[in-house]
Amino acid sequence: MIQLQHLNPTEADTALHRLDPRVKLIVALSLILITGLMPSGAFGAYIALFALMMAEAIIARVSPVLVVARSLAVLPFSLAAVTLIFTGPEPYLAALPVTGWPISEPGLVQCVSIVFKSLISVQAAILLIATTHFTTLLWAMSSLRIPGVLVAIISFMYRYLFLLADEAARLSRARDSRSAVPAGSPVTARSLIFRARTTGRMIGSLLVRAFERSERVYNAMLSRGYTGAPMQIDPPQLCPRDVLIGLIPVLIAASLLAISLII
Amino acid sequence: MHHTIEVENLTYTYPGGHQALIDVSLSVGPDERVALVGPNGAGKSTLMLHLNGIYRPTSGQVTVGGLPVTDDNIGQIRAWVGLVFQNPDDQLFNPRVFDDVAFGPLHMALPEEEVRRRVDAALDAVGMQDYADHISHHLSLGQKKRVAIATVLSMHPKILVLDEPTAGLDPRARRSLINLLDSMERTMLTATHDMRLVADLFTRVVILDNSRVAADGPTGDILSDGALLTEHGLEAP
Ligand SMILES: Nc1ncnc2c1ncn2[C@@H]1O[C@H](COP(=O)(O)OP(=O)(O)O)[C@@H](O)[C@H]1O
Ligand SMILES: [Mg+2]
Repeated sequence: MIQLQHLNPTEADTALHRLDPRVKLIVALSLILITGLMPSGAFGAYIALFALMMAEAIIARVSPVLVVARSLAVLPFSLAAVTLIFTGPEPYLAALPVTGWPISEPGLVQCVSIVFKSLISVQAAILLIATTHFTTLLWAMSSLRIPGVLVAIISFMYRYLFLLADEAARLSRARDSRSAVPAGSPVTARSLIFRARTTGRMIGSLLVRAFERSERVYNAMLSRGYTGAPMQIDPPQLCPRDVLIGLIPVLIAASLLAISLII
Repeated sequence: MHHTIEVENLTYTYPGGHQALIDVSLSVGPDERVALVGPNGAGKSTLMLHLNGIYRPTSGQVTVGGLPVTDDNIGQIRAWVGLVFQNPDDQLFNPRVFDDVAFGPLHMALPEEEVRRRVDAALDAVGMQDYADHISHHLSLGQKKRVAIATVLSMHPKILVLDEPTAGLDPRARRSLINLLDSMERTMLTATHDMRLVADLFTRVVILDNSRVAADGPTGDILSDGALLTEHGLEAP
């Protein structure tokens, strides 16, 4: 099962939980942008950014260990950076034993930098989600004038993720309860290909259901007067104190970026 | 204004070629409560989607409150007709209850004060006043069905069209939903398999079977005709 409860904020009620969601959204996006702009190999700045994330986690009373552990989920996606190690320029550190591929030092530095930067970016997003309810975040997006269609798509994603996950769980339960094994035979009587085919059909059925649902949902929207124009209640004014609190981490990160660009 | 529904010789063919409605005629008078019964696949849901212009007749005509259902009238007709879908997960497409109930009024371009008042009143009417900030996904089916009704009540519809409102509810949730519907003085057309609901709430019954109207008469007459009910796969309450 997908660990959907990760999408809910923690129970604590800290200054970070109470901060205006628009400020939090902008701060998180700025931190991710600044992290992305950091030059390769600025390990001191990475450590400082990491410390900033951990400080935020502690203020928000979210376990730093948990934040780091969840951020590791991004590792498979940064795997692509591994190729840099073998395609980078000289100097070479060594050669890989069997294949004889050269290990490039600049390539290695770049690869490790990308992994660090992606971990820090994901940690910023995790902290945002851990302190802000998703519905509040949607509200923040539309009051920041992000186009209504985009916000609607993200909102549908959130609303129907749960339903689709439930539907997937029901399908696989239905499959499992009919996947009996003859007495005395090994754990699965059927071949891998047979099982792969069943799974393929299940995914197909899930897609068809999602497609049909999208039509019914659209009909429900039309029934209540939807014309494609975004409608929302006007957002209240931002409180200057919240803007100030949001500026602090962004300025720290920005000065780290400036320093590492100079050095 | 007459809150009426007139369906004349309506035939509808799905793009795939399936004839879901054949020569269906039906009229519902002001404040009349009509039950639409018939087996699965009879065409009940298809008919309901014609009443606010989501589907348009292949041939025939639909008139609501005296206005023909055409592109020019569609905005007005959608404000008059509150259509509640069978599956509340289709009707509740916002993560938060408040936003779903506010969706209709916001699209009617009402001022914020009025939108908030209507959301409060609609949730109050269905007994869900404490749930405005709840996440729809976390509600029970009975609660979702109530919120789904609130999403159209907030538009102050003249006509309520409900698709299988009691399907899947446990006895207590079903009873409280029936009491809720009974308290609403409006023109009402309801598709259902729940014959006790029909007996309790509706003055007239229309049987739809195999894409056609098979019978149309006062509830007492239809429910006491055992042969007719059996012929169309229905059971007396
Ligand atoms: N989107 C669709 N495309 C093609 N056929 C459909 C579609 N929706 C329903 N049908 C068919 O139309 C017939 C009537 O369906 P429906 O109106 O949902 O019946 P009911 O609500 O009475 O159970 C059924 O045979 C159904 O398979
Ligand atoms: Mg139906």
